[in-house]
Amino acid sequence: MGQALAVEPDEILDDPALEARARDISRELRCITCQSQSIDDSDAPLAKDLRLIVRERLLAGDTDQEIMTYMTDRYGDYVLLKPALRADTALLWFAPLIAFGGALGAAFFYFRQIRKNPNDSDSNKNNPYSEDPSTENPLAEYPYNNSHDTDNADRIDSGAADPEMK
Amino acid sequence: MIARRLIFIAPFAAFTALVTYFAAGLQRDPSLIPTVLIDQQIPEFDMPAIEGYEVGFSSADLGGEVSLVNIFGSWCIACRIEHPLLMELAEEDAIPIMAIDWKDPPGAGAAWLRKFGDPYTRIGDDFAGRVAIDFGVTGAPETFVVDKNGRIRYKQIGPITPQIWREDLEPIIRELRNESAQGDPADSDIAGDNIGSGAGG
Repeated sequence: MGQALAVEPDEILDDPALEARARDISRELRCITCQSQSIDDSDAPLAKDLRLIVRERLLAGDTDQEIMTYMTDRYGDYVLLKPALRADTALLWFAPLIAFGGALGAAFFYFRQIRKNPNDSDSNKNNPYSEDPSTENPLAEYPYNNSHDTDNADRIDSGAADPEMK
Repeated sequence: MIARRLIFIAPFAAFTALVTYFAAGLQRDPSLIPTVLIDQQIPEFDMPAIEGYEVGFSSADLGGEVSLVNIFGSWCIACRIEHPLLMELAEEDAIPIMAIDWKDPPGAGAAWLRKFGDPYTRIGDDFAGRVAIDFGVTGAPETFVVDKNGRIRYKQIGPITPQIWREDLEPIIRELRNESAQGDPADSDIAGDNIGSGAGG
């Protein structure tokens, strides 16, 4: 880490392995008073108290999980910088994946549509020599497809043109 | 046809919903952190007296009757705001007010109380700040309402203003006093998730 440490020399444990664990745990815990920092980064007195507790519990032989539980028992999930993965937080974790999947799906259907009906693609919409008179043109009801070529005029008159769109 | 239009409307609707949600989020005060300790038994503690006082404050002093536990410190500016109200409550004998003198240098809390008055029934010296952490304290002042069974039922973050006392705390205390000593907090319709306004710094 390229930043100044909030951890003061007198806090550091003699055992380097325990100290390393203390640092890892501290980086996962939110400083309650400063909120956007971990307790490892923060100079706030409350953050220091929490760092000391982390080290005390490590010396007492607690596992990392036990220390996290100690903190969430008092401060709730809020104290965790990385939210726990549970049924009620699943949406939080998977929303990006769901959004990405949805976008991928939409793109798939969009491009498949274009390949099936090449004339409906934007590049063809103004082409009067377009050969496909298919009445299933999905864009037929939209005004921007309402070019003055006879092909389209036919379709719009016969099709279910939406009066709102005109 | 409707489905096709939906494709165009849906992203816009989703975006609008998101913006509304974020805009509402901006109105919230990020210093108000809901406590997980509502309806939980108070933590075990036994604090020594502050300088010049005979008795400290331990968890055994709570329960039996509805009381307040107030977190203060001589360094805490916002505590000065609520102090006159606490003095008034003490004069009226409205409710026992217990205090945790949080992270004060020796003697500082006592000097502060000499200067501004002492509204407290019991005061514990929490120099190391451990009891406050057991209470999930995020800043001072904070005030917990403890019921007859020694359970935390409400938490006020930031100073108690006369309005907060009238509109939030007093009705809750009244209701808790009507509860039987071994009532189940789940039966009550008090929403423990506070939270009044004010600086919790």
